[in-house]
Amino acid sequence: MDIHEYQAKELLAGFGVAIPRGGVAYSPEQAVYRASEIGGSRWAVKAQIHSGARGKAGGIKLCSSEDEVRQAAKGLLGKRLVTHQTGPEGRVVHRLYVEAAVPIDRELYLGLVLDRKTERIMIVAHPQGGMEIEEIAQSAPDSILREVVEPAIGMSAFQAREIAYGLGLAPAQVSRAVITLLGAYRAFRDLDATMVEINPLVVTKDGQVLALDCKMTFDDNAMFRRPNVSELRDYAEEDPRESQAAEYGLNYVALEGDIGCIINGAGLAMATMDMIKHAGGHPANFLDVGGGASPDRVAAAFRLVLSDEKIGAILVNIFAGINRCDWVAQGVVQAARETQLGIPLVVRLAGTNVEEGRKILNDSGLPIITADSLSEAAERVVQAFNASRSQSPARGRAASGLAGGNGQS
Amino acid sequence: MSILIDETTRVLVQGFTGDKATFHAKEMMAYGTQIVGGVTPGKGGTRHLDRPVFNTVREAVRATGATASIIFVPAAFCADSIMEAANAGIRLICTITDGIPAQDMMMVKRYLLRFPKERRTTLIGPNCAGIISAGRAMLGIMPGHIYSRGHVGLVTRSGTLGYEAAAQMNALGIGQTTSVGIGGDPINGSSFVDVLKLFEEDPETEAVMMIGEIGGPQEAEASLFVKEHMSKPVIGYVAGLTAPKGRRMGHAGAIISAFGDTAAEKAEIMRTAGLTVAPSPAELGSTVAAALAKRSQRSTVAVK
Repeated sequence: MDIHEYQAKELLAGFGVAIPRGGVAYSPEQAVYRASEIGGSRWAVKAQIHSGARGKAGGIKLCSSEDEVRQAAKGLLGKRLVTHQTGPEGRVVHRLYVEAAVPIDRELYLGLVLDRKTERIMIVAHPQGGMEIEEIAQSAPDSILREVVEPAIGMSAFQAREIAYGLGLAPAQVSRAVITLLGAYRAFRDLDATMVEINPLVVTKDGQVLALDCKMTFDDNAMFRRPNVSELRDYAEEDPRESQAAEYGLNYVALEGDIGCIINGAGLAMATMDMIKHAGGHPANFLDVGGGASPDRVAAAFRLVLSDEKIGAILVNIFAGINRCDWVAQGVVQAARETQLGIPLVVRLAGTNVEEGRKILNDSGLPIITADSLSEAAERVVQAFNASRSQSPARGRAASGLAGGNGQS
Repeated sequence: MSILIDETTRVLVQGFTGDKATFHAKEMMAYGTQIVGGVTPGKGGTRHLDRPVFNTVREAVRATGATASIIFVPAAFCADSIMEAANAGIRLICTITDGIPAQDMMMVKRYLLRFPKERRTTLIGPNCAGIISAGRAMLGIMPGHIYSRGHVGLVTRSGTLGYEAAAQMNALGIGQTTSVGIGGDPINGSSFVDVLKLFEEDPETEAVMMIGEIGGPQEAEASLFVKEHMSKPVIGYVAGLTAPKGRRMGHAGAIISAFGDTAAEKAEIMRTAGLTVAPSPAELGSTVAAALAKRSQRSTVAVK
């Protein structure tokens, strides 16, 4: 789970990390009020979306008067920001953060991650902030400072000091940086984060050490014990289909292609998508129906996949272990009837009760294309998709399919 | 021989009386696994599935002599159950539970290191399908009937993709020694390398199939291990060619976040290390068959 910059700053401030004065705003009026509350003569008005690289996309405006703050807020609210992290569809700005603009002397990079190699929390720092750490990791990996934290002990002050001195900070700033580092670590540990990034961490001209931009990501598996974090979830930042999927216990990720996928198991789902690509098609989504898929859950999966306008064919691939093929088949037939499916449907069943499952599909009278193996399934769905597209190039949904037979498409 | 478990392994079920555990305990018993009892705090002294139930793992181990356990305890309490089992002397723990917080797993792995090497616990999972030694014993939730006894070791992150691989092999008459699902979490008990080591030492295993997925360094580490320490042929596959960067594909650990995390990069690392990589997930079985044929040809020549 991701949160906004201003939320991350509030959380980190609670652990002793120093941040510039600032406040959230939902309208130009509120933005102006925030600016007057903060005082001073220069402010940054920052679009709050779940993405980095907002500055390059025009999402951060520096202002020197309250009128400029109002204009900047007007321009940003409701605007669609496109960064390399949001994808081409971008994100609409609904919230702003107004912050005191500080005179910067140095910019540093500070990140905390759950490192999969050491299986520990790792502190990553670099004397040059504002850049993307992935790029530095490629171009100059040796210039990155790293400290691995012993989980039974927690982060030690000496580790924080080694990083602070390693960043080349003056003695007066070292103790401030140590407070920031230890605070960020405690926030990471106590709130079940998987990533904390302060980029840049700045040294101001008057010697303060401040977190200028912050990003935090949390472990979804731990949110049951972190209600104070999970309430920060912003549904406007998520694909509504993915939130809907979660309610049904389905795992769904929307992709660019046009062949819908309904599969059990994450690994088999990825492999089936690989196979579709291998056969010359493009998967429209990742969807894992999970174990114990009831007919209702399968039907929900169908509705979800069909809510994507691009879909021109559907592939169902179930290898039943805990699942039973006959239940899945019932769900498929039920869903195909309910949704009056108008596009080709290919179903491959294997594992527990496979014969019963195939019989249900055959007896349904629906034009379901069946397949025995993974390769057959992928080839047939790509074939059926291409055939239906060539008949009706404008829109696959209306092409010859299940509902086409009875004139309901 | 097989690895990790066989028909003599004495097994406890933690979270024994829950619905899922009950269902799978029955399946495991039917397959021939020696389920000797279970643990559900508060239900000690009762019987379930005609087996004794204990309040603690320590009591259960003392009474039954169990050396292995399978855990179905809910995610919020699961780390505690793993540590309880390790502390009670259980040598092999298989954790089926999905959704354990990553920092809990970090603590669990640290905890397991407190025991000296000779009595250290092997943890498989979490978020996995478990272990099956074909025709001998099953410590997991897989459909047992799709595996048959043979000479190929199978290690996978995903459960269902492991089933797919086993089914493809069976269709070609190739059986398995043991199949191990190591699970889809970013921090898991045993890595690919840990399991490959066991297969390399197992005299009955002639070749190994290893199926990874996007995210994390384990496939690359395993490739290096194969190159430097393995005499047996290893056939690989990495799922997730179409996965976009930064999106979690179902498994908590299946996310491309760093260099080397993509399926294409991992497959290339495997190839460079000398593994045979299946060209598509529909050719898992046939690639193993080809590797076995090549090996037997070579050994025949060597004998002559």
